[in-house]
Amino acid sequence: MVDINQKRPAFGSAQADLRTEPRLIRAVIIVMAVVFLTIFVVLPLAMVFAQAFAKGVSTYVAALADPEAMSAIRLTLLVAAISVGLNLVFGLFAAWAVAKFDFAGKTFLISLIDLPFSVSPVISGLVFVLLFGAQGYWGPWLQNHHVHVLFALPGITLATVFVTFPFVARALIPLMQQQGSQEEEAAISLGASGLQTFFRVTLPNIKWGVLYGVLLCNARAMGEFGAVSVVSGHIRGQTNTLPLLVEILYNEYQFVASFAIASLLAMLALITLVAKTVLERHLDEGQRAGD
Amino acid sequence: MGLTLTWLSVVILIPLAGLFLKTSELSLDQFWSIVSSRRTLNALKISFGLALIAACINLVMGMLVVWALVRYRFPGRRLFDAIVDVPFALPTAVAGVALTALFAPNGWLGAPLAELGVKVAFTPIGILMAMIFIGIPFVVRTVQPVLIDLDVEIEEAAISLGADRWQTVSRVILPGLVPALLTGFALAFARAIGEYGSVIFIAGNLPNVSEIAPLLIVIRLSEFRYADATAIAVVMLVTSFLLIFAVNRLQRLAQTRMPAS
Repeated sequence: MVDINQKRPAFGSAQADLRTEPRLIRAVIIVMAVVFLTIFVVLPLAMVFAQAFAKGVSTYVAALADPEAMSAIRLTLLVAAISVGLNLVFGLFAAWAVAKFDFAGKTFLISLIDLPFSVSPVISGLVFVLLFGAQGYWGPWLQNHHVHVLFALPGITLATVFVTFPFVARALIPLMQQQGSQEEEAAISLGASGLQTFFRVTLPNIKWGVLYGVLLCNARAMGEFGAVSVVSGHIRGQTNTLPLLVEILYNEYQFVASFAIASLLAMLALITLVAKTVLERHLDEGQRAGD
Repeated sequence: MGLTLTWLSVVILIPLAGLFLKTSELSLDQFWSIVSSRRTLNALKISFGLALIAACINLVMGMLVVWALVRYRFPGRRLFDAIVDVPFALPTAVAGVALTALFAPNGWLGAPLAELGVKVAFTPIGILMAMIFIGIPFVVRTVQPVLIDLDVEIEEAAISLGADRWQTVSRVILPGLVPALLTGFALAFARAIGEYGSVIFIAGNLPNVSEIAPLLIVIRLSEFRYADATAIAVVMLVTSFLLIFAVNRLQRLAQTRMPAS
C-alpha cells in the first residue's frame, strides 16, 4: 500500500493550512467514516463470532463435529479444489492470450471474462438449470443415461467455475501486459520451446499474481451461495456446501449451529484478507523492481 | 488460444445462450404477461430502486471513507483500510445472517432502533442495509488509488491562485475523481441489483413489499415455472447491461471533458 501522507509534512500545524480542511471538518469526516465502517463491517463480523459462541465453546465444537457439517466441509473443499484447479489452468491461458497476443475480438474476449462478475449469482445458477434441468435442453438425454449433473457434484462445480472464472485471469492480465513479451521473445530466440518459455520465463514472473488470483478464486468458490443454491437441490448430507448449511440451520432456528458454520467461513474470509495484504506487498515490490 | 475460447464458450457462452434461447421459446404475449405481472414488476422495482439508493449512499459514504483513509491520519487507519474488503471476502450467506442478527429487534443495533420506532430487519430498509454493505468496497477501492495518485501540485497551484479550501476541493480535486466515482457507483449498483445471499435473510421476503427479483427467480424455479424465471432473468440482465453501458458512456464523457487528467 502506498502511503501518500509519508511524502508530505504532517498536517495539523497550529496555523490555518490551506492544503487541508479545518480541524472540525476533519474530525467530522473521520468520525463519519469510522462509524460507517463500524456499523456495516465491524459489527456484523463481531456478531458472527458472538452468536457462534453464545452457548459456550462445547456447543460450538459440537455444531462443527455434526455429521452434516462434516459432509458440508468435505463437499465445499472438493468443489473449491476442482473449480480453482480448472480456473487456474484456463485463467492462465486466457490471460496469456489477452496479454501477449493481438487478435480480432480481443475486447469481446475480455468482456466475456468479466461477464460472471456482473451477472446475478442466481442467474448464474439458473443458466445451468436451463441446460441440465428436467425441462432443460440436455436434461431428458442425461436422465435417460443416468447422468446426474443438477442436484449433484457436477452441477455445483459448474456453477462455481462459472462464478469464479474471472479471478485468476483478472489478476494476471494487467501483470502480464505490463511485463510485455520481450523476455519470452528472448527465450525463444535462444532456442527455448514454447512450454519451456512458459514454465521457465513467464510463470516465475507472474507467480505472485497467480497466487493472488487463486486466493480470491478460492475464497469465492468456498463462499458462493446464490448460484450454488439454485443448482444444489439442498439434499441433506449430500449436496449442501457450507454456505447452504448456514441457510438451512438458520431457517430451522438452530442459530448457534448456523453461526458456528458461518464463523468458519468468516475465518476463511479474514485469513484470505490477511494473505491478500501480504501478496499485494509482494506484487508492489515486484512492480517497483520491474520499473 | 483456441482452447481458451472453447473453454470460455463451454463455461460462459453456451449457458448464457441457453438463457436467451429459452426466452425465445416464449411468445411476445407470454413474455409480456410474465414481466408485467404485479409481483414481477414490484420485485424488479424493489431490486432496482433499492440498489440505486444503496449505490448513492455508497457513493457519498465511500467518498468520505476514501478521503479519511487517504488524507488523514487517525488511530486504526490501517485496520479500517484493510476491513473495507470484508464485504468482498465474506460469503454472502454469512453476511446475510450476521446483518439480520445485528438489525433484528433484539440485535445490537436493532434493539435501540426498535425503541425509536424504526424497524430495519424484515422490511425494505433491511434490504437497503444489506445492499449498502455489499457495495462498500466498490466505490472505496476504485476511488482510493486515483486520490492517492492525484498530483499535489495542482492543489498547490489552486491555492497559490487564491482558491480557498472548499474551492480547491470542489473545483480541482473532485472533478478529477468523477470518472472513478462513476465507475465505483456503477459497480456497486450492478452488484446490489443482483445480490441474493446477503439480502434474503434480512428482507422478510413479503411478495410485492420486500421480495427482490433474484428471490422471485428462485421461487419460480422451485415451482418449476422455468419460463417465468427465465423472463425475469432476461429483464434483469438486459436492464443492468444498459445501465452499465450508460454509466460507461457518462464516464468517458467525464474523461474527455477533462483533457488535463
